[in-house]
Amino acid sequence: MQNPYKSQQKIRGFRVLDVSGAFAAAFALIVGLDPQFLQVVGLSLRVTLTAVLLAALIGVPLGAWLALARFPGRSAVIVLVNGLMGLPPVVAGLIVFLALSRSGPLGGLGWLFTPTAMVIAQTLLVLPIVLALTRSTLEELWGEYRDHLTSLGMTGLRAIPTLIFDGRFALATGLLAGFGRASAEVGAVLIVGGNIAGYTRTMTTSIALETSKGDLPLALGLGIVLIALTLAINAAAYGASRVGARFAG
Amino acid sequence: MSMRDTPSILPLSVQRLCFETDGKRLLEDVSFTLPGGGVTTIIGPNGAGKSLTLRLCHGLLTPTSGTVHWGAAPGAAVGRKRHAMVFQRPIMLRRSVRANLVHALSAVGAADAALRVTAALERFGLNDIAERPARLLSGGEQQRLAIARAWSLSPEVLFLDEPTSQLDPGATRQIEGIIASLASEGMTILMTTHDLGQARRLGVRILLLNKGRLIEDAATARFFAAPGTREGQAFIAGELLW
Repeated sequence: MQNPYKSQQKIRGFRVLDVSGAFAAAFALIVGLDPQFLQVVGLSLRVTLTAVLLAALIGVPLGAWLALARFPGRSAVIVLVNGLMGLPPVVAGLIVFLALSRSGPLGGLGWLFTPTAMVIAQTLLVLPIVLALTRSTLEELWGEYRDHLTSLGMTGLRAIPTLIFDGRFALATGLLAGFGRASAEVGAVLIVGGNIAGYTRTMTTSIALETSKGDLPLALGLGIVLIALTLAINAAAYGASRVGARFAG
Repeated sequence: MSMRDTPSILPLSVQRLCFETDGKRLLEDVSFTLPGGGVTTIIGPNGAGKSLTLRLCHGLLTPTSGTVHWGAAPGAAVGRKRHAMVFQRPIMLRRSVRANLVHALSAVGAADAALRVTAALERFGLNDIAERPARLLSGGEQQRLAIARAWSLSPEVLFLDEPTSQLDPGATRQIEGIIASLASEGMTILMTTHDLGQARRLGVRILLLNKGRLIEDAATARFFAAPGTREGQAFIAGELLW
């Protein structure tokens, strides 16, 4: 039987990739539920889902407040939050690294090179997306609902549950966008996680590492899972908007 | 569905009401009293201050000067659920017809919300579309729901801001029928309209506003028979007010 990990061969002294063999081996990893493969996928999903959950818990209420509050410098805060949506992952990783490193303010917690550090870094990446999309969605809704809700005496904090509920499909799309960004990023988790095998190695860091080692089957297998995940996220986002249009108008 | 067991919030007394924004005076010294009962229509050209007057009376805006008094006790706080407002463009929550009614009643803490929802659906002929998304209804159905939602709060006074301006003649007739029937049941209605025919059909009293000033306050029949002001005559004749 062909070694699934051996995907390169030499022809006239040059290394040539055996792409079809790599694909076959990748599918074998997926279908065979390879333990190493499953461990990497499982950790990636755990880290990203936790980060999205934390970003939602912080970002949705904060975004709702930003949508309704009026204070000096609000426009600058909105510009800052919108700008942070494009925060380079390596910079987010660097910030978390500095905070959690031994000499950093949170060094005593001993979180560096743990999944916890990776969750923090990804939360930092997802939070601006959730915050900005919540703010814009709820601000638009408030513009539409203001007269009616004010007429019912629902102003300020009292209006927020109604706005969040009625904006739920748009907010779900925002969360899925955040999930997409976190699951696909490599820089931040590599810096703060250290890419330790069996502990902090995620799909993206594995792909980077295995590709550099020439072990294409695992990289390809993980790549296929990532693409499937991306497609699933987009399908879910599309589904959320369709359901929203059908049931909420 | 009645709040007649509680003391009346009427009369509504508006005294020297002024509203200014961005240095521009939009309402100037408007005074009138609404003793209760029937439909009072506010007419006037665009920008006259009709909607603004309703919003100030309903408490959505704070006057620059002047007062809006409810009941015999000046300055007495009146819960918003005693007067409700329906807007020119119906504001529909992204929910079903039923859920729109439930939301409004929950907002004011109505104890018998389920009963009131059932009554509103029945009364306004919304039973067949109760589970449909409110935003997907026709303009006439949306306005019917908006009035049903306001009615379910059992207000003593209902403010209607051009309730038929975006409706076809059939839907307009339906809404006018609803307004007339609410008034006949004792609800006090203050509404704005551009439609002189509608003002004539529905109103017992007319307030003519122009450029933020109250030009004429008269019984509907008298206003149309013999307007007391030059502006009133011009407005009925279809001439632009200046």
